[in-house]
Amino acid sequence: MPSPRYWREVPSRLRLEAARCSGCGKVNYPARAICPGCRGTESEKMTLSKTAKIITSTVIHIAPDDFLFEAPYAIAIVETPEGARFMSQVVDCDPSSVGPGMDVSLEFRLIRKEARSGILCYGFKAVPTASWEARS
Amino acid sequence: MREVAIVAAGMTPFGELWDRSLRQLFADAALEVIEKAGVDHLDAIYVGNMSGGCFVGQEHLGPLMADQIGMAGVPSTRVESACASGGIALRTAYFEVASGASDLVLASGVEKMNDGADVTNVLATAADQELEVYHGITFPGLYAMIARAHMEAYGTTLEDLSWVSVKNHRHGALNPKAQFPREFTLEQVMNSTPVADPLRLLHCSPVSDGGAAVLLCPLDQAKKYTDQPIKILGTGQATSPMALADRKDPAFLDSVQLSAERAFKIAGVGPGDIDVAEVHDCFAISEICCIEALGLVERSQAAGAAASGLTALGGKIPVNTSGGLKSKGHPVGATGIAQVIEIFEQLRSESGARQVQGARLGLAQNMGGSGASSVVHILERM
Repeated sequence: MPSPRYWREVPSRLRLEAARCSGCGKVNYPARAICPGCRGTESEKMTLSKTAKIITSTVIHIAPDDFLFEAPYAIAIVETPEGARFMSQVVDCDPSSVGPGMDVSLEFRLIRKEARSGILCYGFKAVPTASWEARS
Repeated sequence: MREVAIVAAGMTPFGELWDRSLRQLFADAALEVIEKAGVDHLDAIYVGNMSGGCFVGQEHLGPLMADQIGMAGVPSTRVESACASGGIALRTAYFEVASGASDLVLASGVEKMNDGADVTNVLATAADQELEVYHGITFPGLYAMIARAHMEAYGTTLEDLSWVSVKNHRHGALNPKAQFPREFTLEQVMNSTPVADPLRLLHCSPVSDGGAAVLLCPLDQAKKYTDQPIKILGTGQATSPMALADRKDPAFLDSVQLSAERAFKIAGVGPGDIDVAEVHDCFAISEICCIEALGLVERSQAAGAAASGLTALGGKIPVNTSGGLKSKGHPVGATGIAQVIEIFEQLRSESGARQVQGARLGLAQNMGGSGASSVVHILERM
C-alpha cells in the first residue's frame, strides 16, 4: 500500500473517527460525504467506543500471503454501542471460540506489514472481554 | 424497445486449461458462435471480464478480442462487475439490440485464472480494500460470515450447506464441459479441508479458466440464424453496499432480491413460473441465499432445498443443472454467460441427461463480490 493511501486512512483506522448524520442520526464509519441512510450531507464528527459485540465471524484457515503465518485466525463483523459496524480480527483467544453475540474490546494493534513498502500498518483488533470469558 | 433473442451459444470446457491463453479462450467461444449462426459480421462485441489485468497483466480487452476473431474495427467493450461481469455484459448487449442501435451483438465472458497469479488476492479486489481486505479477510471468509449469520438466524446447518455441493456435483457429473464432473458424498464434503469456518474446500467453487459467448439479435430477425431462438423476456440489475458490514442483514442478499424483482416485472412472470434456474453458487451458502432472495423457494425451505430434492434434477424447481459454479467451474468473467448458455440449451431441449422435461421459462442469476452486484435474466422458449 503506498504511504499516502495509508496516511489518508489514519483518522478512521487509527483513531476510530466516525460521523453521526445530523439528518437521521445514523453513525457512519468511516465518515462519508453523503449518509447512505438518508442522503443527508450534514454530520458531526465523533469517536467510536472501544467496545463492541460480534455480529458474525469466521476463522480463516487459507490466508492471503500477508497473513500466511497468522492462520488460523478469527475475523468478525463487530458493532459498537453507537451502531457502527466494521470488520476486525479477533485475537488473544482460541479462534474457534469466537462467535456471534460475543462481547469484545477494541485494542490498538499491528494489523499487517507491507511486504513491498515496508510500512507497518496499524489499526484495531477485537479482544474478548474478561466478563465474556468468565461466562464461558 | 425491440424484443431480443439469443440465437447461438459457444463455450469452452471449464477447468485448468494450461494450453489456452486468455485471448484463445475468448476466440474459441466466439468463433463457435459465429460458425453456428453463420454470420459474416458483428455490429458490436461485449467482453465480460473481472480482472485480466491482475490475472495475466492484460487490460484493454475490447480491441484485443475483436482483433483475435478478425473483427478489428467493430466496437468492442470490456464490461466489469467482478464475478457478475458476464451477466452484465449480456445485459449491456441486450440493451444495444433492444434500443435498435445494433442488430448482431456478441455477448461474451472470459477469464484466465490459472496463469500464476495469486488468485486469493486478485479475487479479494472485489471486496472493500480499505475496510475488509486490509484486515485479512478472503472471499471464502466473507461468505463464511454470511453462512454463520444464516446459521444463527435460521438454524441452517453444515449438513444443509454440504447437500448443495453434493447436489451440484451430481448435476455436474452429467456435464461434459464441467471442471469436476464427478460426484462427492455428504461425508466427503463435510470432512474436506477447512478454508474459512464453517466453509470447507468442497463448499467452494474452484479456480477455473474458460470462455463463453452468445449471439443476440432482434427477435423478428432470429429465424435467419436458428430454428430455435430463445427470447430474453426480462433483465434486472441491482447493487447493495459493498462492505458486508454495511448491509442491513448479513444473511440476506438484497441485490439479488432487487435484481430479480426488476427482471420479473419486465418479464411479466413470477418466481413460481420458472421451470429451471442457474444461480450464483460460488459457495454453498450463496445458493441457499440466492434461491431465497429470488423467491424460487419459500424462505423456510431454502436451507433444506438441496437435501429434500426440491432443487435437484427431477425436483419441483431444478437449480444449477449445469453443476453450478461448484462443479462446472467458475472462470469469474465467463460465469454469467455460461449460466445463460445452460438455460438456453435447457429451453431448446439440448441438455441430454441433464434435461428438465418441458422447460419453457428459465432464469439465470449472476452475482459480483459478496453480493454487492447482481444481475438476473429470464429466458423463454418460443
